Amino acid sequence: MSFNVLTNLGMGFEQALSLLNLFYCFLGVLLGTLVGVLPGLGPVATIAMLLPITFQLPPTSALIMLAGIYYGAQYGGSTTAILINLPGESSSVVTAIDGYKLARQGRAGFALFTAAIGSFFAGTVATFLIAGFAPPLAAVALSFGPAEYFSLMVLGLAASVALAHGSLIKAVAMVILGLLLGTIGQDLYTGTPRFTFGMTELADGLEFIALVMGLFGIGEIIRNLEDESERNVFAQKVASLIPSWAEFKSTIKPILRGTSLGTFLGILPGGGAMLSSFAAYSLEKRIAKDPSRFGKGAIEGVAAPEAANNAGAQTSFIPMLTLGIPSNPVMALMIGAMIIQGIQPGPNVITEKPELFWGLIASMWVGNVMLLVLNLPMIGMWVKFLTVPYHVLFPGIIAVCCIGVYSVSNNAFDVYTMAFFGVVGYVLVKLDCEPAPMILGFVIGKMLEEYLRRAMLLSRGDPLVFFQRPISAVLLILAIAALVLVLIPSVSKKREEAFRE
Amino acid sequence: MPSFVKNPKDFLAGLLFIVVSAMFAFGDVDLPIGTAFRMGPGYFPMILCIILAALGIAIMTNGIRVEGEAIKNFTWRGLLNIVLPIVFFGATLRGLGFVFALGITVFAVSTASLHFHWRTALINTVTLVFFGWLIFIWGLGLPIQVWGPWVGGY
Repeated sequence: MSFNVLTNLGMGFEQALSLLNLFYCFLGVLLGTLVGVLPGLGPVATIAMLLPITFQLPPTSALIMLAGIYYGAQYGGSTTAILINLPGESSSVVTAIDGYKLARQGRAGFALFTAAIGSFFAGTVATFLIAGFAPPLAAVALSFGPAEYFSLMVLGLAASVALAHGSLIKAVAMVILGLLLGTIGQDLYTGTPRFTFGMTELADGLEFIALVMGLFGIGEIIRNLEDESERNVFAQKVASLIPSWAEFKSTIKPILRGTSLGTFLGILPGGGAMLSSFAAYSLEKRIAKDPSRFGKGAIEGVAAPEAANNAGAQTSFIPMLTLGIPSNPVMALMIGAMIIQGIQPGPNVITEKPELFWGLIASMWVGNVMLLVLNLPMIGMWVKFLTVPYHVLFPGIIAVCCIGVYSVSNNAFDVYTMAFFGVVGYVLVKLDCEPAPMILGFVIGKMLEEYLRRAMLLSRGDPLVFFQRPISAVLLILAIAALVLVLIPSVSKKREEAFRE
Repeated sequence: MPSFVKNPKDFLAGLLFIVVSAMFAFGDVDLPIGTAFRMGPGYFPMILCIILAALGIAIMTNGIRVEGEAIKNFTWRGLLNIVLPIVFFGATLRGLGFVFALGITVFAVSTASLHFHWRTALINTVTLVFFGWLIFIWGLGLPIQVWGPWVGGY
């Protein structure tokens, strides 16, 4: 890490520690923990609900708060997983396996402590990694032409497909569907309205917030209403949080391994918190001396995935901040938030908005400290929230969605769009089609088309240009390799196993 | 579901993709396609339509050839009781104003749950309308009328 990075980080901390930003950081991680604890409400829907409200905030504060929701949810999710065997967050699915067993053995405190410390350590490492790696990456990206950008986006989409669970061909179709929905609205070059089917409200395209709230907010609620079995809060008193030295020592290595794995998988397009935690769990199981302990209360099964999901959540900001390319739906929303604030996401953000870039990074570490305080001593309060039954909770979520989506442009049409995509989201999930690749396709769609058209203009209509430029060729070959790799039978079997665990 | 369909999830997903691609293709015919050199507004969507249709056919064929599980637990009650009140909210917010539009919507969506009880739902409704007003209108100053013209507002 160079001297420059340290001065920049210093400037970032100055930003992050201002009273206003401290407040929004706190608000973000508090909300994040809350939605993380509550099953059935995730960071994607929450960030989508709050996006319209961030109009009024300064850009740095808005992004600090939204980022806090994402990594805060990773902390909160583990609490629910450990105490009631129900993952509050999809990235905590594997934590529930061994965490809940530990809780039943009377060691809930130990599991919660490990999860929080692991997350904190991973969050700290990831913060400094972003600070060190993002600027050089952005510098490389500045030399990219339209062909390179096009290929990079194709790689991002290919990776998100390869890493999505379920059928590969359906995931590809979902990406294409997203791209197609992204073409609705005026054509960039000629202004010709496309696919508006006579509705003037569609001239500017589908409202992104309405789309996300529908798919992830409303669609999810309908799915939760399928099965309303009561959840059992494991209402045992959480005894001593602080573990013995021997216990603590046994968690160090898994935390280190989880952190490295999560950091790496977070940077990959299509990666992020969920993939990281799954991968970390299977790694621990594979290298354990006695794998049969897993599933019966192995602390490694809590430490590694929890470190990994927090590391992954944070490093997934790298491609978003440096290239302007979202690697998962949350990052797509962050890009949306930047655009709302009038900031063009991409490699220029670091040089043109250094206070935003470094402030956001520094706030992640500040947020992690706050989360440690919020989670360890106040665990009892979060457990209380779990006693709120879902049938009381979901009308509130719908109320916030309705008001939020209407307020985007004071337009009832956006409310209808949200309702429509609520139905679409539910139907798609019932047909085993994951909505996440579709969201990425939708966000990337306009950029992809623009770069494609520009690259083709420059090459006078020769599509070989994408293979003649070396960087572009490498990126495209990687994209093809990612898809081919998943299709190889042995790998695809492993992939299915990994997702089933 | 007809008997030749072995995997209804794949069959319907494929069909859905084909229908959507056909809809967009229908909208694409009026748009200038252009050439690969100078792409018109219709070029990129046309490529996407072709790919989506091809994938849709492949997925649908899969649904006829390979055995798969049926769709379980589809909840019409949940779907309609959630979506219709939201549409109602959009349609009446201007006319009824914040209090009644949100109140009726929240009460109506509460019926989607099997645990619905009118007393809890009513308390929930009043609480949510109050806090909604407090946060969004009083606090954030969203330009939404509290009482609409249909209920005597101005």
